[in-house]
Amino acid sequence: MRIRPLGVFAVLYLVFLYAPIVLLPLFAFNDGTVIAFPLRGFTWGWFAELGNIPALHEATLNSLIIACSVAILATCLGMFAARAATRYNFPLKGGIMGFIMLPLVLPEVIVAISLLVVLMQLGLETSIFTIILGHTLLCMPFAIAILQGSFAGLDQSLEEAAVDLGETRAGAFRLVILPLVVPGIIASLLICFIISLDEFIIAFFLSGNEPTLPVYLWGQLRFPARLPVVMALGTILVALSIVLLIVADGFRRRGLRKMGQNDAGGFL
Amino acid sequence: MNLDMNSGPLISLNGVNKYYGDYHALRDISAEIGAGEFFSLLGPSGCGKTTLLRAIAGFEEISGGTITLSGKDMAGVPPNLRPTNMVFQSYAIFPHLSVEQNVGFGLRKSGMGAANKARAIGAALDMVGLGHLGGRAAHALSGGQRQRVALARALILKPKVLLLDEPLSALDRKMREDMQVELMKLQREVGITFVLVTHDQEEALVMSDRIAVMFEGEIAQLADPEELYRRPATKRVADFIGVMNFLPAQAGERLEVAGLGPVDLEGVISPQGAVSGACSVGLRPETLSLLYDGETARSREVRGVVDEVVYYGDMTYYDVRLDGLEAPVRLSMRNTVGRDVLDVGAQARVGWDPRAMVVFPD
Amino acid sequence: MAQGLSRDARQGLTIVSPALIFALLLLAFPLLTIIAFSFWTQNFLEIDRTFTLENYSEALTDPLYRALMMRSLRIAASVTAVTVVLAFPIAYFISFYVRPEKKAIWLFLITIPFWTSYLIRIFLWRVILAFDGPVNGTLMELGLIEEPLSWILYNANAVVITLAHAFAPFAILPIFVSLEKIDRSLLEAAKDLGEGAVMTFFRVTLPLAMPGVLAAVLIVFIPTVGDYVTPRLVGGSGGTMIANMIYVQIFDLSNRPMGATLAVVAMLTVTITLAWAILHVRFWVHLNDRVGGGIAGLALAGAAAVVDVGILWWLWTNGADWFGPAGVLGVMAAIMAGGAISIAVFLPKGRWGI
Repeated sequence: MRIRPLGVFAVLYLVFLYAPIVLLPLFAFNDGTVIAFPLRGFTWGWFAELGNIPALHEATLNSLIIACSVAILATCLGMFAARAATRYNFPLKGGIMGFIMLPLVLPEVIVAISLLVVLMQLGLETSIFTIILGHTLLCMPFAIAILQGSFAGLDQSLEEAAVDLGETRAGAFRLVILPLVVPGIIASLLICFIISLDEFIIAFFLSGNEPTLPVYLWGQLRFPARLPVVMALGTILVALSIVLLIVADGFRRRGLRKMGQNDAGGFL
Repeated sequence: MNLDMNSGPLISLNGVNKYYGDYHALRDISAEIGAGEFFSLLGPSGCGKTTLLRAIAGFEEISGGTITLSGKDMAGVPPNLRPTNMVFQSYAIFPHLSVEQNVGFGLRKSGMGAANKARAIGAALDMVGLGHLGGRAAHALSGGQRQRVALARALILKPKVLLLDEPLSALDRKMREDMQVELMKLQREVGITFVLVTHDQEEALVMSDRIAVMFEGEIAQLADPEELYRRPATKRVADFIGVMNFLPAQAGERLEVAGLGPVDLEGVISPQGAVSGACSVGLRPETLSLLYDGETARSREVRGVVDEVVYYGDMTYYDVRLDGLEAPVRLSMRNTVGRDVLDVGAQARVGWDPRAMVVFPD
Repeated sequence: MAQGLSRDARQGLTIVSPALIFALLLLAFPLLTIIAFSFWTQNFLEIDRTFTLENYSEALTDPLYRALMMRSLRIAASVTAVTVVLAFPIAYFISFYVRPEKKAIWLFLITIPFWTSYLIRIFLWRVILAFDGPVNGTLMELGLIEEPLSWILYNANAVVITLAHAFAPFAILPIFVSLEKIDRSLLEAAKDLGEGAVMTFFRVTLPLAMPGVLAAVLIVFIPTVGDYVTPRLVGGSGGTMIANMIYVQIFDLSNRPMGATLAVVAMLTVTITLAWAILHVRFWVHLNDRVGGGIAGLALAGAAAVVDVGILWWLWTNGADWFGPAGVLGVMAAIMAGGAISIAVFLPKGRWGI
């Protein structure tokens, strides 16, 4: 095989992209209290220690509650929007969809402080619930992007054919549209779950005294002695994200195959 | 032709109009389609033929007029409650279901038992020649097979009308020709009304009992294929259906045709009534003939020079420049034994017959 | 019939409404609230709702805020440049050299790091770039440096490196999509018409990929201006950005109106800067096309760019003597917005889709 300069560059780029993720488990299993080279030897100790931190367990529970709620909420809202965007024409469509997708590019700090200021002004306590709202806003564009891919692949005459064969609109949606977009829905649920689980800024601003996992991690970063445990926790989080991502991508591809289409690319 | 003349028309379109905003898509369409008729809507793209079909199916609300099916006004009746079924242009085969599930899709609310359903599905698949493919996944089908599944799926519900939206346009030429014959057989077998939308005039001529030619949302002519071909109502219809040569002419006492000379007005076909003044005379290529040495014209003849030769195997098309005419006329000759194909530039005698002339006012 | 909304439009609006209402309540309403706050003041815990421009005058004249805003723009611009320049070859490689069935797996590989914890990734860059980290260790072992490099951590450079890593997929994907859309027969046509590989790239591929490049610029630049975590973790004191100041105002100083004002100023600055940049690119491309491209076109477009940027730079460095510290910002905003608007009005959309 011929070696192309561009190919070499691509490989180096991947090294750059993966450098942090590869280092993470190295330090997590390193039998030393300092996060630096050279490595000292293998240990499970830091992972074992994770079991003895009540604050961590609480944060994990908070994060899981939030991530599950956000996944469901954002996917439901995203389904409506994605369906409207692919199937209907309505006035100001571009503007409305652009506005809903805005959190994708807006700096998170802006979203976070504007939400915080409103909550403070309304005299509401920040809590898990407020984080759920903030994360849903953030995840909705991703859900829409994924679901739009599923809905856009549907030939509109499929729905008409179902109606023509005697089904009502609702029946057509249930029997034809839904089965075809289920893989997209599952992919959207998983992606929203991952985003919410990893999201820091909004959680940091809105968490009050109910920290999420990333907020807990942020607090620990200040203490050098806690860093090996943080590495262990980070390894678990990253591994979980990657596993969920592979599952999500599998579902998305299955959905495309079901419709007899070729894979056109990844998420986003 | 299997027109059932005893009962009234199955479908009546009465002053049907359709607007999309300011765009007038259907203009005062009125027509009657009989039970058991193979009826085609033919026209160029954008003429409104698909809109009309979808209006009959119930997918488009009409802006004015009425559509009645077996005497019942269809206004406000949704597609799922109309006795019509449709074969979509894309076939709309449900990709997540098997062939059998696709064909049986419409039986869900029929109240049939499982065994009866299976029998009905089997029969429908046999009818379209796919009896062996019932278990196959839909997305693994070829184009021709998809079309058959779409047909079986629609016919299993025993509709009064089968609507077909350009069903053959996605198939290659050979397959299309086979399917034309098969569709005709199928229609005779099931005996229901077929309404076909097509832009392919040959397809419409081959299959239909009657054809409505549409331009810009209006029916330009509604007639059986032979009438449509022989006596086109307007110059535009004549031009759209098949090939027609148009020669400038002047009508007075007699018809003075450029390049051909004077003709009695009596014998010529004049679909728009008596003509006078400047007009056009239409002649189909097959009504003109090259006269070989020793042959004489059955009616009249004229001289010219061969301008272009287009060889088709069974036929040859010649463009012949007639003396005193600017544009060449096209004529077609069967390549029978003993007849040589003429070369470009050869002198030619062309036989023609006034009875084949169709005259249109300009 | 044509009166009111069609049935299709009504159904569409109904179906989109849950998401729209959610976004209105949780995005539009809060954004309007902070805009309102930026015109108010705070005395201890009381919000004084008299309309005032005091916050703005402070935000625009205080040298600290100005420096932070400028640094945020500079860092975001550097991040955007680095990210896009590095991303283009990768997108090009995947689109043109990777076999079709392998493309999905490459894109997947590139997006995976993006989905892993943001916080952890940034923290690990602190480890990688540290005084005793693997970068310095490797370079010293190879004998390339004698002392550990100190300019790669706790300053703006570290922020640029880390953010370029974080936003890589955002730049690669839009460029990849625009490259994929290029009909390959166009490239064959260019070669058939006598162009070599290099000129085919510059005359056909690159111009057709520009919409993707511009999308990448937008999608990287906007969020990076407001990044909070990266400057905090790897920026040190020299890498602090505007978002960190917004946080300080709200949480540490409890001055919500000032925090809101800085947020609004940041959004306005980004909007004006991007509008100026995009519309001036349209103008420069137009100038280039006017003289028929080639060397002359490039020279003219380049000269126009130098003049346009030069005017702004001169105003930023010397304008305060003429117009006062706040006045010069007004003059700059007027020039930038005015130029952008007149280009938008008088020049049609160019061939780059902008």
